[in-house]
This record gives sequence, C-alpha cells and structure tokens, in this order.
Amino acid sequence: MKNFLLNKKWLILIFVVLTIAVLTTFLPTDKEEVVYVYTARHYGIEPVFIEFTNETGIVVKHTTASDAALRERIKAEGRHTNADVYITVDAGNLWLAVKDGLLRTIESSVVEKNIPANLRDPENQWFALTERVRTILYHPDRVSPEELSTYEALADPKWYGRLLMRPATHPYTQSLVASLIVAHGEEESEKIVRGWVANNPTLIDSDTRILETLAAGKGDVAIANHYYLGRLLESNPEFPVRIFWANQNVGERGAHVNITGVGVTKYSKNYQNAIRFVEWLSSPRGQKLFADSNHEFPANPTVEPHSIIAGFGSFVRDPINLTEYGRLQGAAVKLLNRVGYR
Amino acid sequence: MKSSSNGFIKSNRYLNWLPTLPLVPFLVALFVVLPVIVVASSLFTPNREIWEHLWSTILPEMTRNSIMLVVGVGFGTLILGVSLAWLVTAYNFPGRNTFEWLLILPMAIPTYILGFVYMATFDFAGPVQTFLRSHFDNLAWFPEIRSGGGAILVMTLVLYPYVYLLAKAGFQEQSQNYIDSARTMGYRPLKIFFKLALPLARPSIAAGVLLAIMEALTDFATVRFFNFPTFSDGILRIWHGLMDLPAASELAGLVAIFALILILGEQTLRGRSRFFQSTGKAQGISKISLNGFKAWIATLVCSLVIIISFFLPVAQLFSWTLLELGNLDANVFAVYTEFAFNSIKLSFLAAIFATAIGLILASAIRSSKSKFGFFLGKLATIGYAIPGAVIGVGIILLLSFIDHSLNEVYIWLGGTAIGLVFTGSLIGLIYAYIVRFMAVSFNSVDSSLQKIKPNVTSAARVLGANQWRVTWQIHLPLITPGIFVGFIMVFVDVMKELPVTAMLRPFGYDTLAVWVWQMAAESIWTGAALPALAIVATGLLPVYILTRVFSSSKS
Repeated sequence: MKNFLLNKKWLILIFVVLTIAVLTTFLPTDKEEVVYVYTARHYGIEPVFIEFTNETGIVVKHTTASDAALRERIKAEGRHTNADVYITVDAGNLWLAVKDGLLRTIESSVVEKNIPANLRDPENQWFALTERVRTILYHPDRVSPEELSTYEALADPKWYGRLLMRPATHPYTQSLVASLIVAHGEEESEKIVRGWVANNPTLIDSDTRILETLAAGKGDVAIANHYYLGRLLESNPEFPVRIFWANQNVGERGAHVNITGVGVTKYSKNYQNAIRFVEWLSSPRGQKLFADSNHEFPANPTVEPHSIIAGFGSFVRDPINLTEYGRLQGAAVKLLNRVGYR
Repeated sequence: MKSSSNGFIKSNRYLNWLPTLPLVPFLVALFVVLPVIVVASSLFTPNREIWEHLWSTILPEMTRNSIMLVVGVGFGTLILGVSLAWLVTAYNFPGRNTFEWLLILPMAIPTYILGFVYMATFDFAGPVQTFLRSHFDNLAWFPEIRSGGGAILVMTLVLYPYVYLLAKAGFQEQSQNYIDSARTMGYRPLKIFFKLALPLARPSIAAGVLLAIMEALTDFATVRFFNFPTFSDGILRIWHGLMDLPAASELAGLVAIFALILILGEQTLRGRSRFFQSTGKAQGISKISLNGFKAWIATLVCSLVIIISFFLPVAQLFSWTLLELGNLDANVFAVYTEFAFNSIKLSFLAAIFATAIGLILASAIRSSKSKFGFFLGKLATIGYAIPGAVIGVGIILLLSFIDHSLNEVYIWLGGTAIGLVFTGSLIGLIYAYIVRFMAVSFNSVDSSLQKIKPNVTSAARVLGANQWRVTWQIHLPLITPGIFVGFIMVFVDVMKELPVTAMLRPFGYDTLAVWVWQMAAESIWTGAALPALAIVATGLLPVYILTRVFSSSKS
C-alpha cells in the first residue's frame, strides 16, 4: 500500500527541510545588553521581564526549572556559569545557595532603601521580592471563624476528617513544619504534626485543587497559600472560601510567611545589568508588576498590595528568621516521615 | 598491479579486524553510560544515617508501592496490549482496519497529562462526581482516583501501546503454516493462541512489557498527582526535601541495578525462545472473520479502550482549551509555533543520533559475539530505567567537568576563558536524551537484527565482506522497519519528556512539555490544555506513520 507520507521523495524532502531549519537556529545572534535569569517562579513573569527591557533596553533571558535543579546547575557550572540572577520561591533554597557559595553580596543602596532588613539576607546575598502567606482557609457554611485560631489547634480531634492539606513532598508543608520547630522545638512539633495526621487529612498536591475541593463540599478547613484564593476570586468573585489569618492572638507568633527571593550569582558576568535588574524589581514599578502578577504581598512597604488580597485584611507575620527554613528543612522532612505524614 | 591489490587486501583485513575488538561497542557504551556512572558512583560511599532514617520511615512503603506499580502496570499492559494485538491480527470484525492504528494513539499522550486530566475529571471537585452528587445522596462507593489504583490505571492506559505494537509485530512475523497445521489438527483458537502464537511472540511481548515497566518506574509526576510515592518520587524527596543529592543518587543507583536485573532476565527469556526469519518477510496470519454477536463484542471492546484512553481525555483538553480561548494573548500562535518547532527540532535531532548510535552498538555487539559485548549493550540501555531528573544531574556534572577542563587547557595554552561550551547547550540536551532513550532505539534495532539468521551474516563474511559492508548492504535493508520504529519511538518520547528538558535546555528555549508543566504545576489546567493538545497532535503524526509502516510491511 502506497501512502504519500511513505513516498521516498516526500520523506527526503521533510528530512532536508527539517535539517536546514535545525541548522539555521545555530546561527549567532547580535551582541546586546543582557541579563541571564534562572528562575523557579514562572507564573506571570514574562510581562514583568518585557517591561524591564522596555524601560532599560536590557534583554532578560531566562530559563525555568525547580529550585533544586537550578541550584545544582549553578553549582556545577561554577565560575563559568551563564546565570546572573537566581529567583526562587522558597527561602530555604536561598539559604542553601548561600551555604554553597553560589551568591555574592548585592551592593546597592537602592535595594537597601526599598526592602526592609528583615526581608534581606544579613550579608545582602539575597532579598525578598514578595511575601506569600500560608494560612488557614475555611468554608463559611460549615465553619465559623470563631472556631479557628492556630495551625497547632488543627491537631484537635474535633477536626477529624475535616482537614485538607498538601503532601509532605511539597516545600510549603516542609517550611511550615520548620517554623513549628523554631517555635516549639522538635519534640513538641512532632506531637502537633502527629495530631494533624491523626485527623486523617485529605492530601492533595495542589493548593488550587485543595480550595476547589473545599468549595465543592469535601473537608471544612484547609492550609494553603493566600494567593491561590486571590487567583480563584479574581475569576469568580463568589468563590465560597474564606481566609483566616492564623496565630494572630496576643502571645501568638503570627501567620507563616515564605518569600519569593532573588540573589545575584557569585560569577555573574553581567553584574551591572544584574544589579540594575534586581534594583528595578525592588522599585515600586517592578514590585507592583511582579507582586500583582501572582497576588503576592510586595516586599517594598511603599507598594500597595493588589486590591483582592488587600481585602483579606491586615495581619501579623511570624517574625522568624527566613533562613531557618533552609537550616531546618532536613529536620522537618524527617519529622514528617517519622509521623507518617505522606 | 599486484602491489596495489595487496594494499587493498591489507587495508581490508585491517577493517575486518577493527570491529571484532569490543572497542567500538565499548566506547559507544561508555559514552552512553558515563553520566549514569557519575551519579551511581555515590553508591560506594553510602550515607548510613539517611538510609537508617529512610528504612525506618518511608522506604518500606515506597518499595511496596513500586512493586505494586510494576506488577499492576506490567499485568495491565500485558493483558490489554496482547489481547488487543491478537484481536486485530487474527480476526476480522467491523472497524478492524481503523482500530489497528487507532489503538496506538494513547502513546502520543504523556503520562502526566493523562494523569492530570483523569484527576481533574474524576476527583471530588471534578465534573463527574459533582454531577453524580446532584443526583445521588451517597457517593461513598465512588473509587478514590487519588490512589495507587488510579496511578496504575492511568499508566496502563498510556503505556499499553508499547506492548500492543511489539506484540502485533511479533504475531505478524509468525508463519501461517504453523497456525494452519494447528487448525487442521483441530486445535481451538484459544489453544492456538496460548500454545503457539503467544510463546512465539514472547520475545517481542517481553520487550514491550519491559519498556512499559521502566516508564512506570521512572515516572515521578503522575505518582505525585495520585499520592502514591514510589522510588522515583523517593529520589526527589531525598534530593529536594532532605537536600541530599548523594543519597538520592544512591537510591537511583539501586533502582538502576534492579532494572538491570530485569533487563538481563528479559534477555534470558528471549534467548530461550529464539526464532529467525530466513527470508525477507513472513506472510503473516490469515484472519478469521467474526460474525454477529462476537464481532460486535470485539468492536465494542476496542471502542471502549480507545475512548477511555484517548478520546475522552482529548475531549476534556478541548473543552478546557475552549474555556481558555478568551484569555489567550494575540501573539499566542507565534509563541506556540516557536515552542512546537523547538519540540520537533529536539525530538528530530535526538531521534537521529539515538538511532544511529543504537545501530552502531547493536551491530557491533552482534558481530563481536562476546558475553562482555552483550553485557555492554544491555548496560547502555540502563538510562531508560533512571528518572530523568537523575540523568540530568549526571549530565550536568559530566559536562561541566569537561567544560572546566577545556577552559583550563585553553588558559594554559595562553587563551582567555571560553566559558561553558557544552553545559546548557543543545548538544548537552541531546546527549541527555540519547542516554535516557538509548533503550528504545537499541532494542528496536537489536530485536530486528536478532531475527536475521546468523548464517546470512556468516555467508557474507565468508565471501569476504567486512563488518561495515555487512552492516550497510545486508543488515540495513533487512532491519529498516526496526530502525524506523526506533526512530519514531524516540521522537515521541522526546516530545513528551519533561525533567531533562527543564533542567538542561538553553536559555529561553521553551518546549511544549515545559509549558504544560509550568501551567500544571500551578494547577492551571485550562492553560495547560492547549500545549498538551499540541503535544498530542505533534505526537500523532509519527504514530500515524508508524502504523502505516506496520500495516504496509505486511502486505
């Protein structure tokens, strides 16, 4: 049976066209001002980068992958790395990058002015771009906010079968547990997490799906990041889930905050461009774009958060030193493994 | 002109000599295995503290899950793949010609895409349960999709075409004479299948099941969707969570050894029931026409399989895409064209190199006939049993070492540093694909080569042809279908590949699979739908060609 696709001439033609097309992409491009960015945050970043290019003429070339994969790549590439800037979505990874000697001090009075000291590395090797709050969310038909108080209180047996949580594999869960360890020590934290597990939580590896499941009627209370609710409310203002800022009473430490953070690599070859880039990201213009693209809280206090998340109300943040997430991540994972949190 | 003809003979003898050394397969195998060795080398310095922790906590469950997954997917793909292959090979029923190629289509769907489609469709918040809840009070009977069963189901549905394709080839290569004799002797069709057709096709079927099992073992995205931690999930847990790459590599090395045992086991199975094709092509089995009730059952079974595994998920992706159409950027089609072109380019390059290297390796091993050579060949295919993320690390460590050495030599010679040549380049990425998918191209070529009677090769050698001539003029024409199948399977695999691409691609070099991942990681299913459909569509063309090759090779 003859088919036109199997006709030799066609096959050869396809082959030749593909080969030429492939070869042309190896042609060198013009010299331009660039900054190379390795970023683990990928949602909504491109418009931000394009705006930076429009304003400065510096082209942003970026590649995305997981925090750990990018860090491993910078490490292996060593002093020949192309990366100028490393953006991650977890403070623990920045701590590790510093520990592995991958970053350098960002010498910039602009950044120091824009970003408060508690959201910067003591040595200025990295700083936070935005804050993301992992807190308690609930369905108003089945839970009244008076019943809610702290992350710890979710270990109470009255929440049996009513909790929705993220699996232990996710850094969000791991850094939350690391913050428990800082607050209570390992032994006490283990009791709390055991209590969560004893309540037989439904584990779903997607914050969006956790909230959708809550809305659909399964479970009553969830732990999730605030901006996922922001996103869902943006597409559906009637979305039936409410946010509760955890641990807000007197004597309690405040809600659990993680960051999207940025550092400049030790062997950056476009250091000046990298500095201009991170300074711009810390400026009101860059902050507004970067934070709003994902409904996160801008690290620069002069910048107003997106109206949807501003509507969530003000809250107290856990004043923990962000590098603790990195230092205690291993301990947190082992704790989760020990208590059978999957 | 005696002296010149002498010279010719000399060089000819030299050429004859060369490939009998295991040097060629050795170097090629080394090239392919090196990144694996780089990561597995940490096996020699195990971190006892971490292993004790793992053993007392999550390792037993992961071991149990991995075994369940291997057994479940193994049996699932075996039963589905073999029975469907036999149905379309030995029987005629309404729609048979169409089903013969339709049944391959699920192969174009990446496992993680079917995973998130099934999860988003059948979990509590999904449309199916939401609909059922509005009609029934109690849905406790509805199975939990986020489970081991769900993962096994999804993987079986996308991986059975591997078994189906190879089993079908195995059945089609059988001689009608055997079947006819059995039929005249009054054997019932089922008995013919179990006593004759199945044992004869066993090597091909085993190869297909092995591919499916290895795919399942290295999957990390789907098992995570379904809360079903296996070894490859464990490797990432140790790497990302405990931040201990060496310990993660140790587990990867152990899984690789386990896989090597499986591979060698499959080879022994294949070795015991070896058969050859003496002439070019077998004439194939003549089909029995099914009538009435039986015919409709056959049609129904095929329809159900293809609807559940292909049309339903594709319809879901379409409906998500429609939802998303309003949000699409104006330049989205330019971006898609670029991403699709990147995907095709990578798949094309990787397929060419993987097939060429697979061919060199397989034919060199065949001619060397040494146990060592045979072992090398099997070793070179081990990358298929190692999660892509781990291969990625091995490649980065290796390439950056080469790049750093290059720079040092360059500076020593008085030049200035040239920076990274291979790391983060297309060359590095293609290299990684070759390492990861060597099994696919090697096995396709090798299984075709094995069907050539050894005395065909010997005759040529006796008549004075050297190894290269034997390969070019005798083997190559006989195994063209095998090469072609290998090429297309690598092409489709690279289209779907994710972790290696994400980790090693050059700057700004996005592919369709990377886009799907970025959207799916944020649970934006509707946004992931369009690139997912594009992957399926791009994968369909080679799958279609593949089927045409198969059905035309039979006529």
